[in-house]
Amino acid sequence: MPSLTAKKGEPLRTLRKAPTGIPGLDEITGGGLPRGRPSLVCGSAGCGKTLLAMEFLVRGATEFGEPGVFMAFEETGEELTQNVRSLGFDLDKLVRQKKLILDYVRVERNEIEETGEYDLEGLFIRLNNAIDSIGAKRVVLDTIEALFSGLQNEGILRAELRRLFRWLKDKGVTAIITGERGDGTLTRRGLEEYVSDCVILLDHRVTDQVSTRRMRIVKYRGTTHGTNEYPFLIDEDGFSVLPVTSLGLQHDVSNQRISSGIAALDSMLGGKGFYRGSTILISGTAGTGKTSISAHFANAACARNERCLYFAFEESPGQLVRNMQSIGLDLGKWIRKDLLQIHSSRATFYGLEMHLAMIHKMVQEARPDSVVLDPIGALVQAGSQRDANSMVVRLIDFLKVNGVTAILTNLTISGNSLEHTDLDISSIVDTWLLLRDIELGGERNRALYVLKSRGMSHSNQLREFLLTENGIHLLDVYSGPEGVLTGSMRASLEAREKSAALAAEQESERKQRDRNRRREALEARIHALRKEFEIEDEESALVAAQETARAKQIDQDRRAMTVRRQGNSGHKPSPKI
Amino acid sequence: MKKSGKAPTAKKPESLSEIARNSRGEIDHDNWDLRLYVAGQSPRSLLAFANLKRICEEHLAGRYNIEIIDLVKHPQLAAGDQIIAIPTLVRKLPQPIRKVVGDLRDTERALVGLQLRPGKS
Repeated sequence: MPSLTAKKGEPLRTLRKAPTGIPGLDEITGGGLPRGRPSLVCGSAGCGKTLLAMEFLVRGATEFGEPGVFMAFEETGEELTQNVRSLGFDLDKLVRQKKLILDYVRVERNEIEETGEYDLEGLFIRLNNAIDSIGAKRVVLDTIEALFSGLQNEGILRAELRRLFRWLKDKGVTAIITGERGDGTLTRRGLEEYVSDCVILLDHRVTDQVSTRRMRIVKYRGTTHGTNEYPFLIDEDGFSVLPVTSLGLQHDVSNQRISSGIAALDSMLGGKGFYRGSTILISGTAGTGKTSISAHFANAACARNERCLYFAFEESPGQLVRNMQSIGLDLGKWIRKDLLQIHSSRATFYGLEMHLAMIHKMVQEARPDSVVLDPIGALVQAGSQRDANSMVVRLIDFLKVNGVTAILTNLTISGNSLEHTDLDISSIVDTWLLLRDIELGGERNRALYVLKSRGMSHSNQLREFLLTENGIHLLDVYSGPEGVLTGSMRASLEAREKSAALAAEQESERKQRDRNRRREALEARIHALRKEFEIEDEESALVAAQETARAKQIDQDRRAMTVRRQGNSGHKPSPKI
Repeated sequence: MKKSGKAPTAKKPESLSEIARNSRGEIDHDNWDLRLYVAGQSPRSLLAFANLKRICEEHLAGRYNIEIIDLVKHPQLAAGDQIIAIPTLVRKLPQPIRKVVGDLRDTERALVGLQLRPGKS
């Protein structure tokens, strides 16, 4: 199916359209209702027909400069004014400004007797008068079928209605005719027979005690339109329709990385954190710190001056802020700065589609950079598993298309496999952080690991983390010979190791000292020996000198004796001596 | 534009007995104020007016007042009496307001509608 939103840019076809101004409706109708023609809006009681019609007029008058006439057959002008005041529409003001006329047509059967032939010229004249008096371009007839209960002659009525719709076309006004849904037919009186250009069916369905409003364009002549059932909601801003299924997988991706708010976790994710616009699932059993990690992320986002929307399905904003204060996160500060919005609603409070619609609407209004859904599994309670799956997938698509980073938390029921989520969304998330508790040595400790993280290198380690009053601290991995240890066991082992290390150090110091002492002793001995040797050396030199001196003396003595014996100084001494 | 019936509007009943006689046992009232809404001089409107006059002469002689309102000329008057169909006869007085829609060709039904005859409808 081609993307519906793409059609908005194309030039208008031959069929001109009158924009309703209702968010979403103009997208699925490709620009609005057929201009200058009547459209039929039908549905069962309380499905929002009157409101849709009224918003069409009010927005026409205020946004498109097209005044309107509301001809009501069931409610008086005052009632209508009161009813839509809660939606922010000030009909009195529009009436004073001559942008709107409310005409209440009362048809009371017990006041009326019929005799002979008649026509509805009175109605035509009233309508014509109202249209001409303010130059109306839009007309609503709500619910014209009331005529059937007031007047008996159905033959005349049918002929006159046919003439009325023809007349509306000739008049060139864009009209909405509302009709109550009948048994097996779109309207009780078969109005669809006369109004055939555009038929919109509203539906209000209750499944498992949860109601969901849906809209479908049954037919729209001369134009393409979204054919699915689209959920819509009515809230304090009026009507909005969600063309949610028109989303595809053609979103832009960002290479920008953003911090998770926990430095150690960032380092586990390739050192830089998550990709902007990615979807992060945090799953774990009860009490493993999913909300705390989400809150860290929200806190970090706000600290970067980004807007964050936090949908809490289990805690009230006040409770969340208080609880996060205990781990040193001041979320209240960001709320006051209008960066963080916390929306709390029980998952069972609305239907799934309503949740989806609400989230859509808030995201479109607040334009946040990131969204936290805590916990996503709660939505299963609001509908069936299958519906919840498809809703979450659509939601993730929607957030991705808008480049919004999404944190989803999911509670794993203990006993189930950890790598399992209530919703089958694990395959479509980009990063999956798994939190688990490790029970060891009579303690339960928290550990975190990155199960997957697309497009980045990530740590394979199981990291213990602590929730302290200064936030989350990831501890270094202890993986010694005894495996991965956590909590006090880890602490005691660390202490043991520390004392062992200390002892070893002391031992080595002692050995060092010992060696030093031995060296000193050795050196002292070497010194003594050297001294001894020197003395010997000196002595032997002395002896040698004495010997020399003695030999010399002997030589001299001998010569003297020779001289004395021979008296001849030239006589050689005898070689025998 | 107003077309007045020929009956005098300010006529007071002479006595209770006269009214009782005039009304011939039907529901008894002082003064009938009737309005006929039409759209232009269509044959149906003219027929309705003729029928109305006949009925009034027969049943309300001397104590009725007919006001004809042409919505083509005074469209803003349609809302006041909640007029949808044309022609519509509105009995303003006596209270409560009654409406008879159509060209009044069926006299019996018209009389029932005006509560000049007990209705079975």
